[in-house]
Amino acid sequence: MDVLQPCRRLGKLTWLELKIFAREPMGLIGTVAIPVLLFMVLGRTLGVRLGDATSRTAAMFSVGLPVLAAVFIAISAVLSLVAIISIYRESGILKRLRATPLGPVTILVTHVLVKLILTAVTVTAMLLAGRRYYPAGDDVPMVAFMFALLLSTWSILSIGFIIASLVRTARFAPPLGSLVLYGMLPFCGLFVAIESLPSEMQVVSRFLPLRYSVSLLSGIWQGDPWSAHLGDVAALVAVFAVCTMVASRVFRWE
Amino acid sequence: MTSPPVVRVSGIRKTYGRTVAVEDVSFEVQRGEIFGLIGPNGAGKTTTMECVEGLRHPDHGRIEVFGLDPVVDIGALQSRIGVQLQEAQLQKRIKVWEAVDLWASLYANTLDADRLLDQLGLTDKRHAWFMTLSGGQKQRLFIALALINDPELVFLDELTTGLDPQARRAIWDLVRDIRERGKTVFLTTHLMEEAERLCDRVAIIEHGRIIDLDTPARLVARHCPERAVVVATAHDDAASRFLAIPSVETVDIVEDDGRLTIRGRGDDLVTEVIHCLSEHRMRVTEFATEQPTLEDVFLKLTGHSIRD
Repeated sequence: MDVLQPCRRLGKLTWLELKIFAREPMGLIGTVAIPVLLFMVLGRTLGVRLGDATSRTAAMFSVGLPVLAAVFIAISAVLSLVAIISIYRESGILKRLRATPLGPVTILVTHVLVKLILTAVTVTAMLLAGRRYYPAGDDVPMVAFMFALLLSTWSILSIGFIIASLVRTARFAPPLGSLVLYGMLPFCGLFVAIESLPSEMQVVSRFLPLRYSVSLLSGIWQGDPWSAHLGDVAALVAVFAVCTMVASRVFRWE
Repeated sequence: MTSPPVVRVSGIRKTYGRTVAVEDVSFEVQRGEIFGLIGPNGAGKTTTMECVEGLRHPDHGRIEVFGLDPVVDIGALQSRIGVQLQEAQLQKRIKVWEAVDLWASLYANTLDADRLLDQLGLTDKRHAWFMTLSGGQKQRLFIALALINDPELVFLDELTTGLDPQARRAIWDLVRDIRERGKTVFLTTHLMEEAERLCDRVAIIEHGRIIDLDTPARLVARHCPERAVVVATAHDDAASRFLAIPSVETVDIVEDDGRLTIRGRGDDLVTEVIHCLSEHRMRVTEFATEQPTLEDVFLKLTGHSIRD
């Protein structure tokens, strides 16, 4: 058998799914346009006011805001995956695709790729748009920041697969997904530093991928080298490995 | 038939939790025939078919498709079979040509996609989104996807459910075309008329078991040998004349307008009634024969109608 065949199939299905996604206006606006617009509006308003300030508040905003926006991009990508997988399963699309030579891995990897590509597009648009309005935009390592976000999204997507597997109907999957994913926000160190959280919350935060995403994203944004965040990277890979293992056990095609 | 069967199912059993979906089901599908698995919803038709397609593992029993195990050898089988699943959908905004193109890219040998769409009457819909197609058009697209790899064996699960009678008849013609091209068709339906018109042989399944299997005509002859002739005549002693015919069992006067239903057994009933009419020079204003159908066979075998 042709060795490249699985790659070609993956490429074809990914391109097709991207086109199909782009045909749904609401999905495109929700995943790409709104985060970018939000960042631009906030960046412009705060950027002007905080432009010359050197206070802690200013620093918090100059790092916190882009990281928050990035985290929202990652979460909305995962929520979109949860919705799509549950709709595809409920309407028999997954089952129909599975009864072809496509193979289950190709079908699922396609959806991960689609979400990562959309995340990359969104964050690129956000950074380009932000550059004009945002004071911290000039010397930010954009490529590294994007990779940090893709790694975070990839890791959290595996949680999305577990949610999409456990919830039976397409109607309840997105709300539960929101609950779980947005529920992680208070523990991620973005609004309140992890050290000042109550000790129980600190323990919980250790098991949530968002804490490591936030740490990695803010570090990279401020110019840290990757070597300073190997622990975060390892934690995100571990979350992916564990969740993918669980998801492969509980995933249902119909 | 000398060639080996295309499908051989021996004693399969499949349970979901405590529910027994299929119990001790055995049958063979011969090359070039349209074989139908018929029965009410929930009888085990789809479970049986999905086991044969390799989508489910039976708990017990053995299945061979072209001599191969459908679960173990699914890779080798996929190029030789075409599948249409019950109530399956595609992505709402996938275009017809994109679906056919994707499917075509998955197989080494494929039919010409444009010609296939043309034969199925979908050329005008090439660029239409799946969600904008009518029920009949969707099913024709699923037939196209099942045929794109020029398979030897085609599975059609409840193909015409939910379609209006006109669309249904058009689909029946398409299924007959598949057989004309030398393919074997394995279908399920809960529509007795569909089975009767389309299938060369049918297996009647109920509560997960096959209760009989034969050609529709032989099933009818075996289980419902009764025939009926309805005659409208003003002749005074028509009823007693008909009762004198040896194969006639009962004569009922249906309405006051002189319409009689003559019931009896055997293939000669109609001939004998016609003979009686001409012998006694009865003036007839209406004449109709009533043939029992698979629906009657099902009722007789199970004690209830298939729609109950």
